[in-house]
Amino acid sequence: MARFLARRLVNYLALCLVATFLAFALAALTFDPVGKLQARNPPPPQATIDAKRAELRLDEPIPQRFVLWLGDAVQGDFGRTVVNQSISEELPRRIGVSLRLFLLGTVVGIGLGVIVGVASAIRQYRFSDYAATFFSFVILSTPVFLLGLLLKYVALELNTAAGAQLLVFTGETTPGFQGGFFEALVDRVQHLVLPTLTIALGQIAYYSRYQRSAMLDVLGSDFLRTAQAKGLTRRKALFKHGLRTALVPMATLFAFGFGLLITGGTFTERIFGWYGMGDWLVYGIEQDDTNITATVTLFVAVLVLVSGWLSDVFYALLDPRVRLR
Amino acid sequence: MTTTDVTGGTGKSVPTGGANPVDVPLDAIEAETEGVTRGTLVLRRFLRNKLALTGLVVLALLYAVSLTSPLFAPWAYDEYDYLSFLQPPSASHWFGTTQIGEDVFAQTMRGLQRSLTIGLLTAAISIVIASVVGACAGYFGGWVDRGLMWIVDLLLVLPSFLIIAVISPALRGSSWILFVLLLGLFAWMITARILRGMTLTLREREFVKAARFMGAPSGLIIRRHILPNMASLMIIDVTITVGSTILLETGLSYFGFGVQPPDVSLGTLIRDGSTAALTTPWLFLFAGGLLVVSVLAVNFIGDGLRDALDPNARRGRNVREDEDPEVEVERA
Amino acid sequence: MTAYEAESDVLADPGRAGEPAAPLLEVADLEVSFPSEDGRVRAVRGLSYRVSPGEVLGIVGESGSGKSVSSLAVMGLLPPSARIGGSIRLRGQELLGLSDTELSRIRGRRVAMVFQDPLSALTPVYTVGDQIAEALLVHGGRSTTASTARNRAVELLDLVGIPNAAERVKAFPHEFSGGMRQRAVIAMAIANDPDLIIADEPTTALDVTVQAQVLEVLKTAQEVTGAGIVLITHDLGVVAGTADRVIVMYAGKAVETGTVDEIFATPRMPYTLGLLGSIPRLDVGRGQPLVPIEGQPPSLVALPPGCPFGPRCPLHEPACDAAEPELLPAPGAAPDHRAACIRTGELAAADAEGGELAAELFDAHVVEAEPVDSATRIDREVVLGVDRLVKHYPVRAGGIFRRQVGAVQAVDGVTFDVRAGETLGLVGESGCGKSTTIMEIMGLEPPTGGSIQVLGSQVEGLSRADRKRIRRDLQIVFQDPMASLDPRLPVRDLIAEPMEVQGFDKAHITRRVPELMKLVGLRSEQINRYPGEFSGGQRQRICIARALALEPKVLVLDEPVSALDVSIQAGVLNLLDELKARLGLAYLFVAHDLSVVRHIADRVAVMYLGKIVEIGGVEEVFAAPQHPYTQALLSAIPVPDPEVERRRERILLTGDLPSPANPPSGCRFRTRCQLFATLGADQQQRCIDVEPPRESALPAEPDAPVGAHLPDHDVACHWARIRTVV
Repeated sequence: MARFLARRLVNYLALCLVATFLAFALAALTFDPVGKLQARNPPPPQATIDAKRAELRLDEPIPQRFVLWLGDAVQGDFGRTVVNQSISEELPRRIGVSLRLFLLGTVVGIGLGVIVGVASAIRQYRFSDYAATFFSFVILSTPVFLLGLLLKYVALELNTAAGAQLLVFTGETTPGFQGGFFEALVDRVQHLVLPTLTIALGQIAYYSRYQRSAMLDVLGSDFLRTAQAKGLTRRKALFKHGLRTALVPMATLFAFGFGLLITGGTFTERIFGWYGMGDWLVYGIEQDDTNITATVTLFVAVLVLVSGWLSDVFYALLDPRVRLR
Repeated sequence: MTTTDVTGGTGKSVPTGGANPVDVPLDAIEAETEGVTRGTLVLRRFLRNKLALTGLVVLALLYAVSLTSPLFAPWAYDEYDYLSFLQPPSASHWFGTTQIGEDVFAQTMRGLQRSLTIGLLTAAISIVIASVVGACAGYFGGWVDRGLMWIVDLLLVLPSFLIIAVISPALRGSSWILFVLLLGLFAWMITARILRGMTLTLREREFVKAARFMGAPSGLIIRRHILPNMASLMIIDVTITVGSTILLETGLSYFGFGVQPPDVSLGTLIRDGSTAALTTPWLFLFAGGLLVVSVLAVNFIGDGLRDALDPNARRGRNVREDEDPEVEVERA
Repeated sequence: MTAYEAESDVLADPGRAGEPAAPLLEVADLEVSFPSEDGRVRAVRGLSYRVSPGEVLGIVGESGSGKSVSSLAVMGLLPPSARIGGSIRLRGQELLGLSDTELSRIRGRRVAMVFQDPLSALTPVYTVGDQIAEALLVHGGRSTTASTARNRAVELLDLVGIPNAAERVKAFPHEFSGGMRQRAVIAMAIANDPDLIIADEPTTALDVTVQAQVLEVLKTAQEVTGAGIVLITHDLGVVAGTADRVIVMYAGKAVETGTVDEIFATPRMPYTLGLLGSIPRLDVGRGQPLVPIEGQPPSLVALPPGCPFGPRCPLHEPACDAAEPELLPAPGAAPDHRAACIRTGELAAADAEGGELAAELFDAHVVEAEPVDSATRIDREVVLGVDRLVKHYPVRAGGIFRRQVGAVQAVDGVTFDVRAGETLGLVGESGCGKSTTIMEIMGLEPPTGGSIQVLGSQVEGLSRADRKRIRRDLQIVFQDPMASLDPRLPVRDLIAEPMEVQGFDKAHITRRVPELMKLVGLRSEQINRYPGEFSGGQRQRICIARALALEPKVLVLDEPVSALDVSIQAGVLNLLDELKARLGLAYLFVAHDLSVVRHIADRVAVMYLGKIVEIGGVEEVFAAPQHPYTQALLSAIPVPDPEVERRRERILLTGDLPSPANPPSGCRFRTRCQLFATLGADQQQRCIDVEPPRESALPAEPDAPVGAHLPDHDVACHWARIRTVV
């Protein structure tokens, strides 16, 4: 088992590298960082442009640039931005912001998603099932940026109704906030609710749909009938035998759910003014910055693969059939 | 939706290892019920699904209206009304106007048409790539399979949003068709995986073996037996792709990585409207509302098709009792 | 059913002397219906029966006869969409209408159930021991602790014959074989010493030798608990050997009931008669005419008035359609023998009985062998020769560089030949390598080892074109007719496919397809229908037509009838018999059912773990089997005759099939061999060390000259001896 997981990890590392290279190469090919410089009015002297080109290693072949970048990256130096800031200095802060959002969104999403899905399956064709199904569909059909905008709208109404700033929708803390630990916590939470809700809603809808169908599959299974035949009530059989088995396929979904989350997270950060990795990516592309793009890509690839690997681990934990292989 | 039984388990084994996001209806292959042809049965099931039917009607109407709107709308999308800036909806500007006097209705219709067209075209491209890759990987196995699946894995590691966003600077100033191609190029992986899984089971089905033992060449077997038997899954997947592509496209356009001005899509409209969302909601609410409604319609159609095409769907399934022990194939 | 209540004492267990036992289970006027696409399916329509303590009641019927649904109704395990009417009483207590909580106190404690498919009956994520212990804990009350329950689980596993129970209790279901899982389910069922055990097709998914073991365990379970048993099955042989009384169900209703002897000896309903006549019998063989019952069971959605069996019944007359016949005492039979047929009196008056009467009634004949194959075997051409065929599948481990860590020896040195005009039956249980063997033959690729020869050409070194040419003469019919027909093509295209692949011209194909359909007994009007519109038997006929399209010389038949109901199976077997006689085909007939092989084959090869252990003429091998495995296999097959069954001595094999990736040394069968156990230590050592070679068998007659060998009967056993088991 451990060997199986180790093997997967090696494979994933290779994929990570290739993916990062791909993004690096694509960015290096399509970006034109000195274009903006040239477009300045009056145009800067040729020497300035050449200096910038040399600084950004624009005239070297892309594979070589990648190897140089990677060599530094392994040692913790992800290079400098187009405007000559250190990426490594900013990186930890941005990762912290993104991870907080992602993890909270995932935990809330999976937790509520499973509960909603199971409840839907057990109460199939009742009103609550139809309602849950309908809302899942609506949320899955709403792009995250729209959902974020709508939530902002709702929060504004709420704040107006309450006559106080209950929910805040820009930034992750109030700039220059002063106060004790408790006040700081409240301030954080006020900032946290909307972005988390924005990404969690999609996750809940996504997981609940699959949990519902996994549970329905289990509802008709022979082993559930066996469990009832030996004297368990339907309810007990459902929870002890049904739910436990229906959780197994959710482990594999986890990896994909996380992928979804990353895209959604980018929008959320952007809309709510959280300076995380997603926000950085958009900024990097707007600035034609290869190093930022490659760094964020590496981060995303690592996240996707870690979630894939975790997915394998969960799967092995949940299903004895895999465990013993 | 009807209220028939609750027993329908698909009896499929849990997918192992390689994650598989969508439950593969292995038995979507099976036709059943004596006396009625499959086509009528599918149609009957689909028509009974009120939500799916509504979705179909709504989507068709939206697309038709968006295509024909230049014929009856008072303003064109690239026309400016210098007499009305930032006006709420009125008799002459049904959805209001923008800061620079553009007609929001005309723009929204244009954007809707663009977004739906992009969704449909992308899904078409994606399904072609996916079926070729999936069927070949599954049928031939060996290094073909390993190679293709490695590419799929690689592309799945990078969210397609990210890749397209990175390439987008190259799109500046080029046609939206190029954007569609790009979307199609990164939308097929999950479908290919599902189709590969299905091909793997189909390949072991006896009618495929029978064809092989007749001496039929591989290409013929794939064309004649494998692909037609995956048709239902492909149809379902096309609808899913249409929905997800529209979401992806509008998202990219929202950030300026997608459809480029002067062209508009629902995404660019929402972005332009969202800056002052709280004071002039008509700028984005119509675009946003239509976006949600059309994707919702597509999703309902997909769900209805899944129920109609997959005989193991829980609704409206014939309750047949006993016998024929289904041999559970444990997928290694 | 008032008629029942009036005569309750005659229904008491006839096998037990003394006062009649009180009814344990009483089902009266049970009605079950389900919603479906086309309307409500009336799966059970007024079923009444009783079970006394300690009695075994067999419920027999084909697919869709309502037998499983009725038992699930007793357990209260039908889906909520089912509508249930009538009455089900357990020791006088009405079960219908009880809440789930009330029922859960009865289920597992007083009524237990064993399901058909052991593979899916256990929750995959819990250990077997935990699942058995759970049954005890649910009903145990305060006094049962987790540890006593676990200890009891070990005892129970031991009781149902799981070796090394204390260890295996910690295993997960997927680590158990099918037979072991079914034992575990039985252990669970008897855990709380129930009054009634309902066994729903408990052995259908299992191999015959495992079936014999499981039936034995069920018998033990009954002895231990003294429970009444309701045994639901489609296999009349199983019923003959186990049941005291029998109910025959058709279209949701009981059509005949009586003691097992009465039903088998003097059936009074044409359907029962037909069913009995349709089963090939292990103890009769070639000379038995198989009774095909034409048509198929009616749809249970909108049943026309009248006898539901009417359309298929040879005794059908206009009066039959007037009203559905009641289940009434059969004239001239024991009082508790009832049949639902208005012409049952005529059956009683007939001068023939049993199979003879069935053959007469249903107009079944023995297909006469053609004089073509009268030439001696040795003179006939070898159409298919397999010589020391080896097929190993690699077992791999490792990621990118997948190392081979072992090999599954699926087929390991198999030699046989099929000569023109003859049928070789290749038999063995699942995992013996018979399917691999035919897939290797059909693949026409060079095998791992050994050689394959088809119609004089060696498979090695064949060019593409050669291979295509050979495929004309070598065709296959698969087990599952639904799976082997592409559901998206109409019959015409299906049958035409091999001809198209071989490049025949359109005109020829257009002419040939209707011809072929007629040949296999299909109407040519059905040419544009899709496979989904045909019944199982008809589909298999389409498969046969397709296989015959190129006029092959050899037909490989891979379990062609095992997916079909018995009444339909007979029709297909008769067709195959007929085609062989008319077209002079040679068959390689793969089957797990030895009775079918005995009926259709000329020669038989018995496989075990990738090797042929015995091969020879059907008559010799069945009459005087020499290999212990053949003997065990033959003895495990139930004969649909209670008298014969009672006389028969059953050889029970121990344990399960060893893994083909790691077969035992020496003789592969020794780990389960009943003979091995009786041998002396040095003899046993030989079995362990030396693989027994395949040698000519010794003649059966005791006075045969020393050193004489049978020319066409080989056996691979160091200590082969004849033992009659049929």
